[in-house]
Amino acid sequence: MPAVLIDDVYKRFGDLEVLKGVSLSVEPGQVVALIGRSGSGKSTLLRCINGLEAINAGRIEVAGHVVDQDPKKLRELRKDVGIVFQSYNLFPHLTVGQNIMLSPRITQNVPTAQAESLAREVLAQVGLSEKFDSYPDNLSGGQQQRVAIARSLAMRPKVMLFDEVTSALDPELTGEVLLVMEKLAQAGMTMLLVTHEMAFARNVASTTIFMHQGKIWESGASKEVFANPQTPELRNFVSAGAK
Amino acid sequence: MQTFGWPEAYFILRAASWTLALTAIAFVIGSIIGGVFAIMRLSRVKLLRQIAAGYILVVQSIPVLMVLFMSYYGLSAAGIELPPFLAASASLAIYASAYLAEIWRGSIESVPRQQWEASASLALTTPQQYRYVILPQALRISLPPTVGFLVQLVKNTSIVQVVGFVDLMRAGMLVNNATYQAFQIFTLVAAIYFAICFPLSRLSRHLEKVMNASRSH
Repeated sequence: MPAVLIDDVYKRFGDLEVLKGVSLSVEPGQVVALIGRSGSGKSTLLRCINGLEAINAGRIEVAGHVVDQDPKKLRELRKDVGIVFQSYNLFPHLTVGQNIMLSPRITQNVPTAQAESLAREVLAQVGLSEKFDSYPDNLSGGQQQRVAIARSLAMRPKVMLFDEVTSALDPELTGEVLLVMEKLAQAGMTMLLVTHEMAFARNVASTTIFMHQGKIWESGASKEVFANPQTPELRNFVSAGAK
Repeated sequence: MQTFGWPEAYFILRAASWTLALTAIAFVIGSIIGGVFAIMRLSRVKLLRQIAAGYILVVQSIPVLMVLFMSYYGLSAAGIELPPFLAASASLAIYASAYLAEIWRGSIESVPRQQWEASASLALTTPQQYRYVILPQALRISLPPTVGFLVQLVKNTSIVQVVGFVDLMRAGMLVNNATYQAFQIFTLVAAIYFAICFPLSRLSRHLEKVMNASRSH
């Protein structure tokens, strides 16, 4: 059974049609990169997968859940699907440890002691064990983003979504975040990522999907997609990125 | 003729404690009602939003004096006799609730939208989002304007004298009627108001500074 199944999905914002019949299937353990210009619909597609945006038509299934706007079903879905945002979105009034422990404690009733060891474990996974008691404001952007990844991992998700997670970071900090993601990919996490890091898409993602004007324009094995773009749009996009 | 001395000063001070009590009651009850309306105002349910918006609009659009008249004289004409203290507390609480609701709605709305998205993505329920993520941040934002409003409330309690309640202001007037030493008396009354409001204003300024400092990095 695929980890993510997207079937003929349409999404409009008012009169603007952002997704025009997108279908896609992701197997467990697969790493899929979504690339394309701004406005091509890739971030919207990602946000539809965990129900942050409601779709207008079509069907999305993730880790055995049908994405539905019913609040209770959404919460069940979101226990299995982690998302990391461009702007980190850590809770500024909580320490790193509290940020990570919050949801396991209150949505999954994990006892405090167990939540703490879980938090320390995922923090170690992103290389920030010593930041348990720090506040987000005292961390660099790269560190905040790694904490955000750890916070998602503490939910033990079956699928992880990454929405341009390095776009707000300088190249050095981008590297440390990408390294964490690469390790996750190697550990077998199912991942969908919207990214502008073409090298990362080519080297880490098994599949790359090029979106254009709300549709999947071209997709395939990453190496193949980058080496032999079939459409002029992707050729332009890839060569523009290579400059 | 009576002269202004310790007994009169004591009378005024006791009335000041009534002003404080009224302010405290109005603020506490107003906070509870205001908090509920602030959250209703932001509800996904349109009817709740409209009820809250209507309540706030009506209360803010009529003078608090009118609310006081209605709850004291109006209800008594309808056969319900409220003691002056109760009518005064209720009116001021209603007045406070509408303003606090608006202050807090604004504070809740100034918490970035992404905080809602991040907490929703972590499978929190709406009450959990409020309790653990949104309100703690909104509270910090709301502190300076809330304290500012509290200062206004202390001074506005002086209207309760119209229903015969002896607050700080009314006590000053009563003593003046007996002694005609207006300067001393009203200096004392003003000094007491100042002694209550000044620390609050300072607190508000201090909080504002602390908030700005924490936002800048």
